[in-house]
Amino acid sequence: MDLLKDPLVFLYLQIEATLRSAGLAPELVNVAMQLIGVVVVATFCLLLIIFTTWLERKVVARMQDRLGPNRAGPFGILQSIADVIKFLTKEDLMPTGADRWVFNIAPLMAVIAVLLIWAVIPFSWNVIGTNVNIGVIYVVAVGAFGTLSILMAGWGSNNKYALLGAFRVVAQLISYEVPMILALLVPVLLARSMRMNDIVMAQGVWFIVLAPIAALIFFITSLAEVGRTPFDLLEAESEIVAGYHIEYSGMKWALFMLAEFLHAFTISALFATLFLGGWRGPGVGDLNRPGIPILGVVYFLIKSFLVYFVVMWVRGTLPRIRIDHMLAFCWKFLTPVALVNISVMAVVDKLIPATAGLWGRAGILLLTNLVMGAGILIAVAMVAHRARQREAALLAQAEALPATVGTAR
Amino acid sequence: MTVGQLLFIVVSAATLLSALITVINRNLFHAALWLIATLFGVAALFVLLEAGFLAAVQVLLYIGAIATLIIFAVMLTRRLMTETREAVNSEWWLSAALAGVLIVLLIAIIGRVPAWASTAPQADVSGSIAELGQALVSPDLYVLPFELASVMLLVALIGAIIIAREGRR
Repeated sequence: MDLLKDPLVFLYLQIEATLRSAGLAPELVNVAMQLIGVVVVATFCLLLIIFTTWLERKVVARMQDRLGPNRAGPFGILQSIADVIKFLTKEDLMPTGADRWVFNIAPLMAVIAVLLIWAVIPFSWNVIGTNVNIGVIYVVAVGAFGTLSILMAGWGSNNKYALLGAFRVVAQLISYEVPMILALLVPVLLARSMRMNDIVMAQGVWFIVLAPIAALIFFITSLAEVGRTPFDLLEAESEIVAGYHIEYSGMKWALFMLAEFLHAFTISALFATLFLGGWRGPGVGDLNRPGIPILGVVYFLIKSFLVYFVVMWVRGTLPRIRIDHMLAFCWKFLTPVALVNISVMAVVDKLIPATAGLWGRAGILLLTNLVMGAGILIAVAMVAHRARQREAALLAQAEALPATVGTAR
Repeated sequence: MTVGQLLFIVVSAATLLSALITVINRNLFHAALWLIATLFGVAALFVLLEAGFLAAVQVLLYIGAIATLIIFAVMLTRRLMTETREAVNSEWWLSAALAGVLIVLLIAIIGRVPAWASTAPQADVSGSIAELGQALVSPDLYVLPFELASVMLLVALIGAIIIAREGRR
Protein backbone atom coordinates (compact mmCIF):
# COMPACT_ATOMS: atom_id res chain seq x y z
CA MET A 1 0.00 0.00 0.00
CA ASP A 2 2.85 2.27 0.82
CA LEU A 3 4.30 1.75 -2.62
CA LEU A 4 1.09 2.90 -4.26
CA LYS A 5 0.42 5.81 -1.97
CA ASP A 6 3.92 7.14 -1.72
CA PRO A 7 6.19 5.59 -4.36
CA LEU A 8 8.87 8.26 -4.26
CA VAL A 9 9.62 8.11 -0.55
CA PHE A 10 9.26 4.33 -0.64
CA LEU A 11 11.93 4.05 -3.36
CA TYR A 12 14.14 6.49 -1.49
CA LEU A 13 13.97 4.45 1.70
CA GLN A 14 14.58 1.21 -0.17
CA ILE A 15 17.70 2.55 -1.85
CA GLU A 16 18.93 3.93 1.43
CA ALA A 17 18.39 0.61 3.17
CA THR A 18 20.22 -1.21 0.37
CA LEU A 19 23.19 1.11 0.61
CA ARG A 20 23.31 0.79 4.35
CA SER A 21 23.18 -2.96 4.29
CA ALA A 22 25.96 -2.95 1.69
CA GLY A 23 28.23 -1.75 4.44
CA LEU A 24 28.70 1.95 3.66
CA ALA A 25 29.32 4.33 6.53
CA PRO A 26 26.11 6.21 7.48
CA GLU A 27 27.61 9.57 6.49
CA LEU A 28 28.48 8.29 3.05
CA VAL A 29 24.99 6.83 2.71
CA ASN A 30 23.61 10.30 3.47
CA VAL A 31 25.85 11.92 0.86
CA ALA A 32 24.97 9.24 -1.69
CA MET A 33 21.23 9.75 -1.12
CA GLN A 34 21.63 13.51 -1.52
CA LEU A 35 23.52 13.01 -4.77
CA ILE A 36 20.83 10.65 -6.04
CA GLY A 37 18.22 13.26 -5.14
CA VAL A 38 20.14 15.94 -7.05
CA VAL A 39 20.44 13.74 -10.13
CA VAL A 40 16.75 12.80 -10.02
CA VAL A 41 15.50 16.39 -9.70
CA ALA A 42 17.83 17.71 -12.41
CA THR A 43 16.90 14.89 -14.79
CA PHE A 44 13.20 15.45 -14.12
CA CYS A 45 13.53 19.15 -14.96
CA LEU A 46 15.48 18.55 -18.14
CA LEU A 47 13.05 15.86 -19.30
CA LEU A 48 10.14 18.17 -18.52
CA ILE A 49 11.62 20.70 -20.93
CA ILE A 50 11.22 18.28 -23.82
CA PHE A 51 7.51 18.24 -23.07
CA THR A 52 7.06 21.93 -22.31
CA THR A 53 8.78 23.16 -25.48
CA TRP A 54 6.42 21.05 -27.58
CA LEU A 55 3.45 22.24 -25.51
CA GLU A 56 4.50 25.87 -25.83
CA ARG A 57 4.86 25.69 -29.58
CA LYS A 58 1.50 24.02 -30.04
CA VAL A 59 -0.40 26.30 -27.65
CA VAL A 60 1.08 29.56 -28.94
CA ALA A 61 0.52 28.37 -32.50
CA ARG A 62 -3.15 27.67 -31.83
CA MET A 63 -3.51 31.08 -30.23
CA GLN A 64 -2.06 32.57 -33.40
CA ASP A 65 -4.51 30.58 -35.54
CA ARG A 66 -1.96 28.18 -36.99
CA LEU A 67 -1.11 24.55 -36.31
CA GLY A 68 2.36 24.43 -34.91
CA PRO A 69 4.70 21.48 -35.42
CA ASN A 70 2.77 18.49 -36.76
CA ARG A 71 5.22 16.67 -39.01
CA ALA A 72 7.63 14.97 -36.64
CA GLY A 73 5.54 12.21 -35.15
CA PRO A 74 1.81 12.30 -34.31
CA PHE A 75 0.86 15.87 -33.39
CA GLY A 76 4.52 16.82 -33.66
CA ILE A 77 5.45 15.16 -30.37
CA LEU A 78 8.88 14.14 -31.61
CA GLN A 79 9.69 17.69 -32.69
CA SER A 80 11.71 18.42 -29.55
CA ILE A 81 13.82 15.31 -30.08
CA ALA A 82 14.40 16.29 -33.71
CA ASP A 83 15.47 19.73 -32.47
CA VAL A 84 17.92 18.22 -30.00
CA ILE A 85 19.50 16.12 -32.74
CA LYS A 86 19.75 19.20 -34.93
CA PHE A 87 21.45 21.21 -32.19
CA LEU A 88 23.90 18.43 -31.43
CA THR A 89 25.00 18.19 -35.03
CA LYS A 90 25.42 21.91 -35.67
CA GLU A 91 28.86 23.46 -35.91
CA ASP A 92 30.13 24.84 -32.65
CA LEU A 93 31.32 28.33 -33.47
CA MET A 94 33.42 30.68 -31.44
CA PRO A 95 34.00 34.22 -32.72
CA THR A 96 37.61 35.38 -33.06
CA GLY A 97 38.82 37.28 -30.06
CA ALA A 98 36.16 35.80 -27.84
CA ASP A 99 37.16 34.94 -24.32
CA ARG A 100 37.17 31.15 -24.48
CA TRP A 101 36.39 30.28 -20.89
CA VAL A 102 33.84 33.02 -20.32
CA PHE A 103 32.15 32.29 -23.65
CA ASN A 104 31.79 28.60 -22.87
CA ILE A 105 30.78 28.83 -19.24
CA ALA A 106 28.02 31.43 -19.73
CA PRO A 107 25.33 29.05 -21.09
CA LEU A 108 26.20 26.48 -18.42
CA MET A 109 25.73 29.06 -15.69
CA ALA A 110 22.39 30.07 -17.15
CA VAL A 111 21.10 26.51 -16.85
CA ILE A 112 22.69 25.98 -13.43
CA ALA A 113 21.07 29.12 -12.07
CA VAL A 114 17.63 27.79 -12.99
CA LEU A 115 18.19 24.21 -11.90
CA LEU A 116 19.32 25.38 -8.47
CA ILE A 117 15.85 26.80 -7.80
CA TRP A 118 14.31 23.33 -8.02
CA ALA A 119 16.13 22.30 -4.87
CA VAL A 120 13.61 24.08 -2.66
CA ILE A 121 10.33 23.56 -4.49
CA PRO A 122 8.06 21.16 -2.58
CA PHE A 123 6.44 18.47 -4.71
CA SER A 124 4.59 17.07 -1.74
CA TRP A 125 4.78 17.39 2.00
CA ASN A 126 7.56 14.83 2.20
CA VAL A 127 9.05 15.22 -1.27
CA ILE A 128 11.25 18.26 -1.36
CA GLY A 129 14.88 18.68 -2.32
CA THR A 130 15.83 20.40 0.89
CA ASN A 131 13.55 22.20 3.29
CA VAL A 132 15.99 24.95 4.22
CA ASN A 133 14.77 27.63 6.57
CA ILE A 134 15.69 30.34 4.04
CA GLY A 135 13.72 28.89 1.13
CA VAL A 136 12.41 32.16 -0.30
CA ILE A 137 15.67 34.10 0.02
CA TYR A 138 17.53 31.16 -1.53
CA VAL A 139 15.32 31.45 -4.62
CA VAL A 140 16.10 35.14 -4.98
CA ALA A 141 19.83 34.67 -4.32
CA VAL A 142 20.10 31.99 -6.97
CA GLY A 143 18.42 34.30 -9.48
CA ALA A 144 21.51 36.49 -9.18
CA PHE A 145 23.50 33.80 -10.99
CA GLY A 146 21.27 34.11 -14.02
CA THR A 147 22.07 37.81 -14.26
CA LEU A 148 25.77 36.99 -14.12
CA SER A 149 25.51 34.44 -16.92
CA ILE A 150 24.01 37.05 -19.22
CA LEU A 151 26.82 39.48 -18.45
CA MET A 152 29.37 36.77 -19.16
CA ALA A 153 27.66 35.90 -22.44
CA GLY A 154 27.58 39.51 -23.58
CA TRP A 155 31.21 40.12 -22.66
CA GLY A 156 32.58 36.84 -23.89
CA SER A 157 31.18 37.30 -27.37
CA ASN A 158 33.63 40.07 -28.30
CA ASN A 159 30.74 41.86 -29.94
CA LYS A 160 29.72 45.42 -29.05
CA TYR A 161 26.10 44.74 -29.86
CA ALA A 162 26.04 41.64 -27.71
CA LEU A 163 27.49 43.71 -24.88
CA LEU A 164 24.86 46.43 -25.27
CA GLY A 165 22.12 43.82 -25.41
CA ALA A 166 23.52 42.22 -22.26
CA PHE A 167 23.57 45.60 -20.49
CA ARG A 168 19.92 46.20 -21.31
CA VAL A 169 18.80 42.78 -20.21
CA VAL A 170 20.76 43.02 -16.97
CA ALA A 171 19.27 46.45 -16.30
CA GLN A 172 15.82 44.93 -16.77
CA LEU A 173 16.58 41.95 -14.53
CA ILE A 174 18.10 44.02 -11.74
CA SER A 175 15.27 46.57 -11.83
CA TYR A 176 12.55 43.95 -11.62
CA GLU A 177 14.21 42.14 -8.73
CA VAL A 178 13.13 44.91 -6.35
CA PRO A 179 9.34 44.61 -6.70
CA MET A 180 9.71 40.84 -6.99
CA ILE A 181 11.38 40.57 -3.60
CA LEU A 182 8.83 42.92 -2.09
CA ALA A 183 6.00 40.82 -3.49
CA LEU A 184 7.70 37.60 -2.36
CA LEU A 185 7.76 38.93 1.17
CA VAL A 186 3.96 38.87 1.39
CA PRO A 187 3.53 35.07 1.50
CA VAL A 188 6.44 34.97 3.96
CA LEU A 189 4.57 37.53 6.06
CA LEU A 190 1.31 35.62 5.90
CA ALA A 191 2.92 32.27 6.67
CA ARG A 192 5.32 33.61 9.32
CA SER A 193 8.13 31.53 7.89
CA MET A 194 10.51 31.45 4.95
CA ARG A 195 10.47 27.70 4.49
CA MET A 196 8.68 26.75 1.29
CA ASN A 197 6.91 23.81 2.88
CA ASP A 198 5.72 26.00 5.75
CA ILE A 199 4.31 28.50 3.29
CA VAL A 200 2.40 25.73 1.50
CA MET A 201 1.12 24.27 4.74
CA ALA A 202 -0.08 27.69 5.92
CA GLN A 203 -2.35 27.99 2.90
CA GLY A 204 -5.61 26.81 4.34
CA VAL A 205 -6.99 29.48 2.06
CA TRP A 206 -4.86 30.01 -1.01
CA PHE A 207 -2.67 33.09 -0.75
CA ILE A 208 -3.92 34.37 -4.07
CA VAL A 209 -7.19 35.09 -2.24
CA LEU A 210 -5.42 36.66 0.71
CA ALA A 211 -3.01 38.76 -1.35
CA PRO A 212 -4.08 39.16 -4.98
CA ILE A 213 -2.07 42.34 -5.53
CA ALA A 214 1.11 40.65 -4.32
CA ALA A 215 0.34 37.69 -6.58
CA LEU A 216 -0.14 39.96 -9.58
CA ILE A 217 3.08 41.87 -8.87
CA PHE A 218 4.97 38.60 -8.46
CA PHE A 219 3.57 37.27 -11.73
CA ILE A 220 4.47 40.39 -13.70
CA THR A 221 7.95 40.73 -12.24
CA SER A 222 8.62 37.02 -12.75
CA LEU A 223 7.73 37.38 -16.41
CA ALA A 224 10.20 40.26 -16.59
CA GLU A 225 12.85 38.21 -14.77
CA VAL A 226 12.53 35.36 -17.23
CA GLY A 227 12.61 37.71 -20.17
CA ARG A 228 9.38 36.57 -21.75
CA THR A 229 6.90 38.61 -23.71
CA PRO A 230 5.89 41.30 -23.08
CA PHE A 231 9.35 41.84 -21.61
CA ASP A 232 11.40 40.01 -24.23
CA LEU A 233 13.66 42.90 -25.19
CA LEU A 234 16.26 40.33 -26.07
CA GLU A 235 14.34 38.99 -29.01
CA ALA A 236 13.55 42.52 -30.10
CA GLU A 237 17.22 43.31 -30.13
CA SER A 238 17.80 40.25 -32.26
CA GLU A 239 15.48 41.58 -34.87
CA ILE A 240 17.06 44.99 -34.92
CA VAL A 241 20.63 44.74 -33.66
CA ALA A 242 21.72 41.77 -31.56
CA GLY A 243 21.00 40.07 -28.31
CA TYR A 244 23.49 38.66 -25.88
CA HIS A 245 23.34 35.24 -27.52
CA ILE A 246 23.90 36.37 -31.10
CA GLU A 247 27.30 34.66 -31.30
CA TYR A 248 26.14 31.34 -29.92
CA SER A 249 25.26 28.44 -32.20
CA GLY A 250 24.28 24.84 -31.84
CA MET A 251 24.18 23.28 -28.42
CA LYS A 252 25.25 26.42 -26.53
CA TRP A 253 22.33 28.38 -27.95
CA ALA A 254 20.09 25.44 -27.18
CA LEU A 255 21.30 25.66 -23.58
CA PHE A 256 20.26 29.32 -23.41
CA MET A 257 16.85 28.48 -24.81
CA LEU A 258 16.57 25.56 -22.41
CA ALA A 259 17.39 27.87 -19.53
CA GLU A 260 14.71 30.31 -20.65
CA PHE A 261 11.97 27.71 -21.02
CA LEU A 262 12.93 26.00 -17.80
CA HIS A 263 12.94 29.35 -16.02
CA ALA A 264 9.44 30.06 -17.34
CA PHE A 265 8.20 26.74 -15.99
CA THR A 266 10.07 27.32 -12.72
CA ILE A 267 8.34 30.60 -12.04
CA SER A 268 5.03 28.89 -12.79
CA ALA A 269 5.92 26.27 -10.20
CA LEU A 270 6.97 29.00 -7.75
CA PHE A 271 3.74 30.89 -8.28
CA ALA A 272 1.75 27.70 -7.76
CA THR A 273 3.69 26.97 -4.57
CA LEU A 274 3.54 30.43 -3.06
CA PHE A 275 0.08 31.57 -4.08
CA LEU A 276 -1.99 28.62 -5.28
CA GLY A 277 -1.34 26.22 -2.43
CA GLY A 278 1.36 24.08 -4.03
CA TRP A 279 0.66 20.44 -3.36
CA ARG A 280 -2.43 21.07 -1.26
CA GLY A 281 -5.69 19.52 -2.34
CA PRO A 282 -8.37 17.05 -1.33
CA GLY A 283 -6.95 13.72 -0.30
CA VAL A 284 -3.34 14.68 0.26
CA GLY A 285 -2.24 14.09 3.78
CA ASP A 286 -0.16 16.36 5.89
CA LEU A 287 2.50 16.01 8.50
CA ASN A 288 -0.26 15.24 10.94
CA ARG A 289 -2.93 13.62 8.82
CA PRO A 290 -2.72 10.42 6.78
CA GLY A 291 -3.37 10.67 3.09
CA ILE A 292 -1.95 9.88 -0.31
CA PRO A 293 1.25 11.89 -0.72
CA ILE A 294 1.64 11.09 -4.41
CA LEU A 295 -1.57 13.05 -5.04
CA GLY A 296 0.35 16.10 -3.86
CA VAL A 297 2.75 15.73 -6.77
CA VAL A 298 -0.20 15.45 -9.16
CA TYR A 299 -1.90 18.58 -7.77
CA PHE A 300 1.37 20.49 -7.87
CA LEU A 301 1.98 19.61 -11.52
CA ILE A 302 -1.61 20.48 -12.47
CA LYS A 303 -1.35 23.90 -10.84
CA SER A 304 2.08 24.60 -12.33
CA PHE A 305 0.88 23.75 -15.81
CA LEU A 306 -2.18 25.96 -15.32
CA VAL A 307 0.02 28.92 -14.46
CA TYR A 308 2.35 28.00 -17.35
CA PHE A 309 -0.67 28.10 -19.64
CA VAL A 310 -1.38 31.65 -18.45
CA VAL A 311 2.27 32.54 -19.11
CA MET A 312 1.96 31.18 -22.66
CA TRP A 313 -1.35 32.96 -23.04
CA VAL A 314 0.26 36.28 -22.14
CA ARG A 315 3.05 35.56 -24.61
CA GLY A 316 0.64 34.88 -27.43
CA THR A 317 -1.43 37.96 -26.75
CA LEU A 318 0.57 40.99 -25.69
CA PRO A 319 2.98 43.08 -27.78
CA ARG A 320 6.48 43.93 -26.69
CA ILE A 321 7.20 46.79 -24.30
CA ARG A 322 9.83 49.43 -25.09
CA ILE A 323 12.78 49.64 -22.74
CA ASP A 324 12.07 53.11 -21.39
CA HIS A 325 8.41 52.22 -20.80
CA MET A 326 9.52 49.04 -19.11
CA LEU A 327 11.95 50.71 -16.73
CA ALA A 328 9.48 53.50 -15.96
CA PHE A 329 6.80 50.89 -15.28
CA CYS A 330 9.07 49.13 -12.83
CA TRP A 331 10.47 52.06 -10.92
CA LYS A 332 7.55 54.49 -11.07
CA PHE A 333 4.66 52.09 -10.67
CA LEU A 334 5.52 48.58 -9.49
CA THR A 335 8.02 49.49 -6.77
CA PRO A 336 5.82 52.07 -4.99
CA VAL A 337 2.81 49.76 -5.30
CA ALA A 338 4.80 46.85 -3.90
CA LEU A 339 6.05 48.98 -1.00
CA VAL A 340 2.57 50.22 -0.16
CA ASN A 341 1.23 46.69 -0.52
CA ILE A 342 3.61 45.14 1.93
CA SER A 343 3.25 47.95 4.47
CA VAL A 344 -0.54 47.77 4.43
CA MET A 345 -0.58 43.96 4.51
CA ALA A 346 1.81 43.89 7.46
CA VAL A 347 -0.24 46.38 9.46
CA VAL A 348 -3.61 44.80 8.65
CA ASP A 349 -2.38 41.27 9.28
CA LYS A 350 -1.16 42.31 12.70
CA LEU A 351 -4.44 43.99 13.57
CA ILE A 352 -6.65 41.02 12.67
CA PRO A 353 -7.99 39.52 15.90
CA ALA A 354 -7.11 35.92 16.48
CA THR A 355 -10.78 35.07 16.76
CA ALA A 356 -11.33 35.79 13.07
CA GLY A 357 -10.48 32.25 12.05
CA LEU A 358 -9.23 31.11 8.67
CA TRP A 359 -11.94 32.50 6.41
CA GLY A 360 -12.38 35.65 8.48
CA ARG A 361 -8.72 36.49 8.00
CA ALA A 362 -9.01 35.71 4.30
CA GLY A 363 -12.03 37.96 3.96
CA ILE A 364 -10.43 40.89 5.77
CA LEU A 365 -7.19 40.66 3.77
CA LEU A 366 -9.08 40.30 0.48
CA LEU A 367 -11.11 43.39 1.34
CA THR A 368 -7.91 45.27 2.15
CA ASN A 369 -6.42 44.27 -1.19
CA LEU A 370 -9.53 45.37 -3.06
CA VAL A 371 -9.49 48.74 -1.32
CA MET A 372 -5.77 49.11 -2.11
CA GLY A 373 -6.38 48.16 -5.74
CA ALA A 374 -9.17 50.71 -6.03
CA GLY A 375 -6.93 53.36 -4.45
CA ILE A 376 -4.10 52.58 -6.87
CA LEU A 377 -6.41 52.74 -9.89
CA ILE A 378 -7.82 56.07 -8.74
CA ALA A 379 -4.30 57.46 -8.19
CA VAL A 380 -3.20 56.30 -11.65
CA ALA A 381 -6.33 57.82 -13.19
CA MET A 382 -5.65 61.16 -11.48
CA VAL A 383 -2.03 61.20 -12.61
CA ALA A 384 -3.04 60.31 -16.17
CA HIS A 385 -5.76 63.00 -16.14
CA ARG A 386 -3.26 65.63 -15.03
CA ALA A 387 -0.75 64.49 -17.68
CA ARG A 388 -3.42 64.66 -20.38
CA GLN A 389 -4.40 68.17 -19.25
CA ARG A 390 -0.79 69.26 -19.36
CA GLU A 391 -0.35 67.83 -22.85
CA ALA A 392 -3.52 69.52 -24.05
CA ALA A 393 -2.26 72.84 -22.68
CA LEU A 394 1.09 72.36 -24.42
CA LEU A 395 -0.68 71.48 -27.65
CA ALA A 396 -2.83 74.61 -27.42
CA GLN A 397 0.30 76.67 -26.87
CA ALA A 398 2.10 75.03 -29.79
CA GLU A 399 -0.86 75.70 -32.06
CA ALA A 400 -0.86 79.37 -31.09
CA LEU A 401 2.80 79.77 -32.08
CA PRO A 402 3.19 78.85 -35.81
CA ALA A 403 1.33 81.98 -36.93
CA THR A 404 4.00 84.21 -35.40
CA VAL A 405 6.89 81.91 -36.42
CA GLY A 406 5.72 81.83 -40.03
CA THR A 407 5.60 85.64 -40.33
CA ALA A 408 9.01 86.01 -38.67
CA ARG A 409 10.55 84.21 -41.65
CA MET B 1 38.08 12.19 8.34
CA THR B 2 34.39 12.94 8.37
CA VAL B 3 32.47 14.22 5.40
CA GLY B 4 32.11 17.58 7.14
CA GLN B 5 35.85 17.93 7.48
CA LEU B 6 36.41 16.94 3.88
CA LEU B 7 33.84 19.47 2.69
CA PHE B 8 35.42 22.18 4.80
CA ILE B 9 38.88 21.46 3.40
CA VAL B 10 37.64 21.42 -0.20
CA VAL B 11 35.61 24.62 0.17
CA SER B 12 38.39 26.47 1.96
CA ALA B 13 40.98 25.41 -0.59
CA ALA B 14 38.71 26.53 -3.43
CA THR B 15 38.08 29.89 -1.76
CA LEU B 16 41.76 30.54 -1.09
CA LEU B 17 42.74 29.50 -4.60
CA SER B 18 40.09 31.77 -6.13
CA ALA B 19 41.26 34.66 -3.97
CA LEU B 20 44.85 34.09 -5.04
CA ILE B 21 43.94 34.00 -8.71
CA THR B 22 41.81 37.14 -8.28
CA VAL B 23 44.82 39.02 -7.04
CA ILE B 24 47.44 37.82 -9.52
CA ASN B 25 45.24 37.71 -12.63
CA ARG B 26 46.15 40.10 -15.39
CA ASN B 27 42.78 40.28 -17.07
CA LEU B 28 40.46 42.55 -15.12
CA PHE B 29 37.25 40.84 -16.12
CA HIS B 30 38.61 37.43 -15.22
CA ALA B 31 39.71 38.83 -11.88
CA ALA B 32 36.13 39.99 -11.26
CA LEU B 33 34.83 36.49 -12.08
CA TRP B 34 37.33 34.84 -9.76
CA LEU B 35 36.23 37.29 -7.08
CA ILE B 36 32.71 35.98 -7.56
CA ALA B 37 34.02 32.45 -7.06
CA THR B 38 35.73 33.58 -3.84
CA LEU B 39 32.54 35.18 -2.54
CA PHE B 40 30.63 32.02 -3.36
CA GLY B 41 33.22 30.04 -1.40
CA VAL B 42 32.66 32.33 1.57
CA ALA B 43 28.92 31.73 1.28
CA ALA B 44 29.60 27.97 1.30
CA LEU B 45 31.67 28.43 4.48
CA PHE B 46 28.70 30.22 6.03
CA VAL B 47 26.55 27.21 5.18
CA LEU B 48 29.08 24.89 6.81
CA LEU B 49 28.80 27.06 9.94
CA GLU B 50 25.02 26.57 9.92
CA ALA B 51 24.35 30.25 9.14
CA GLY B 52 22.08 29.70 6.15
CA PHE B 53 20.55 33.15 6.19
CA LEU B 54 23.95 34.83 6.06
CA ALA B 55 24.96 32.57 3.17
CA ALA B 56 21.87 33.53 1.16
CA VAL B 57 22.32 37.22 1.92
CA GLN B 58 26.02 36.93 1.00
CA VAL B 59 25.14 35.52 -2.42
CA LEU B 60 22.29 37.95 -2.92
CA LEU B 61 24.19 41.10 -1.98
CA TYR B 62 27.81 40.39 -2.78
CA ILE B 63 27.40 38.36 -5.94
CA GLY B 64 24.06 39.66 -7.12
CA ALA B 65 24.65 43.33 -6.50
CA ILE B 66 28.24 44.25 -5.66
CA ALA B 67 29.98 41.90 -8.09
CA THR B 68 27.53 42.87 -10.85
CA LEU B 69 28.30 46.53 -10.14
CA ILE B 70 32.04 45.83 -10.30
CA ILE B 71 31.60 44.08 -13.63
CA PHE B 72 29.51 46.97 -14.97
CA ALA B 73 32.18 49.43 -13.87
CA VAL B 74 34.90 47.34 -15.53
CA MET B 75 32.96 47.01 -18.75
CA LEU B 76 31.94 50.64 -18.97
CA THR B 77 35.38 52.11 -18.35
CA ARG B 78 37.69 49.77 -20.25
CA ARG B 79 37.65 50.12 -23.97
CA LEU B 80 39.67 47.09 -25.03
CA MET B 81 38.55 43.68 -23.90
CA THR B 82 41.98 42.12 -24.09
CA GLU B 83 43.74 44.94 -22.31
CA THR B 84 45.81 43.44 -19.55
CA ARG B 85 48.05 45.04 -17.01
CA GLU B 86 50.95 43.83 -14.98
CA ALA B 87 49.77 42.29 -11.75
CA VAL B 88 52.44 43.97 -9.60
CA ASN B 89 53.59 47.56 -9.39
CA SER B 90 56.95 49.00 -8.29
CA GLU B 91 56.16 49.13 -4.56
CA TRP B 92 55.61 45.41 -4.21
CA TRP B 93 58.33 45.01 -1.57
CA LEU B 94 56.52 47.39 0.82
CA SER B 95 53.19 45.55 0.57
CA ALA B 96 54.99 42.19 0.88
CA ALA B 97 56.63 43.38 4.10
CA LEU B 98 53.33 44.62 5.52
CA ALA B 99 51.58 41.38 4.56
CA GLY B 100 54.34 39.41 6.27
CA VAL B 101 53.94 41.43 9.47
CA LEU B 102 50.17 40.85 9.31
CA ILE B 103 50.63 37.09 8.89
CA VAL B 104 52.94 36.92 11.88
CA LEU B 105 50.47 38.90 14.01
CA LEU B 106 47.53 36.71 12.93
CA ILE B 107 49.38 33.48 13.65
CA ALA B 108 50.43 34.78 17.05
CA ILE B 109 46.88 35.72 17.99
CA ILE B 110 45.22 32.59 16.62
CA GLY B 111 47.86 30.46 18.33
CA ARG B 112 46.55 31.68 21.65
CA VAL B 113 43.20 29.95 21.13
CA PRO B 114 43.14 27.47 24.02
CA ALA B 115 41.53 24.43 22.47
CA TRP B 116 42.14 23.13 18.98
CA ALA B 117 39.42 20.72 17.92
CA SER B 118 39.30 18.56 14.84
CA THR B 119 35.56 18.94 14.45
CA ALA B 120 33.56 22.13 14.38
CA PRO B 121 31.92 23.02 17.69
CA GLN B 122 28.22 22.35 17.94
CA ALA B 123 26.65 25.38 16.36
CA ASP B 124 23.93 27.19 18.23
CA VAL B 125 21.08 26.63 15.79
CA SER B 126 18.46 28.05 18.09
CA GLY B 127 19.04 31.48 16.59
CA SER B 128 16.34 31.65 13.97
CA ILE B 129 15.55 34.36 11.50
CA ALA B 130 12.74 35.60 13.73
CA GLU B 131 15.29 36.19 16.48
CA LEU B 132 17.53 38.00 14.01
CA GLY B 133 14.64 40.23 13.03
CA GLN B 134 13.78 40.97 16.62
CA ALA B 135 17.42 41.70 17.43
CA LEU B 136 17.51 44.25 14.62
CA VAL B 137 14.59 46.28 15.96
CA SER B 138 14.87 45.69 19.68
CA PRO B 139 15.72 48.92 21.56
CA ASP B 140 18.38 47.35 23.70
CA LEU B 141 20.03 45.35 20.92
CA TYR B 142 20.79 46.59 17.43
CA VAL B 143 18.14 49.11 16.47
CA LEU B 144 20.54 52.08 16.58
CA PRO B 145 23.13 50.64 14.14
CA PHE B 146 20.25 49.44 11.97
CA GLU B 147 18.69 52.89 11.74
CA LEU B 148 22.08 54.54 11.21
CA ALA B 149 22.80 52.13 8.36
CA SER B 150 19.44 53.03 6.78
CA VAL B 151 20.23 56.74 7.04
CA MET B 152 23.65 56.11 5.49
CA LEU B 153 22.07 54.25 2.57
CA LEU B 154 19.60 57.09 2.11
CA VAL B 155 22.47 59.61 2.05
CA ALA B 156 24.32 57.52 -0.53
CA LEU B 157 21.16 57.27 -2.66
CA ILE B 158 20.54 61.02 -2.56
CA GLY B 159 24.20 61.71 -3.31
CA ALA B 160 24.12 59.40 -6.33
CA ILE B 161 20.98 61.08 -7.66
CA ILE B 162 22.50 64.54 -7.24
CA ILE B 163 25.71 63.53 -8.99
CA ALA B 164 23.85 61.87 -11.83
CA ARG B 165 21.44 64.71 -12.48
CA GLU B 166 21.55 66.29 -15.88
CA GLY B 167 22.67 69.67 -14.68
CA ARG B 168 20.66 72.56 -13.33
CA ARG B 169 17.73 73.69 -15.45
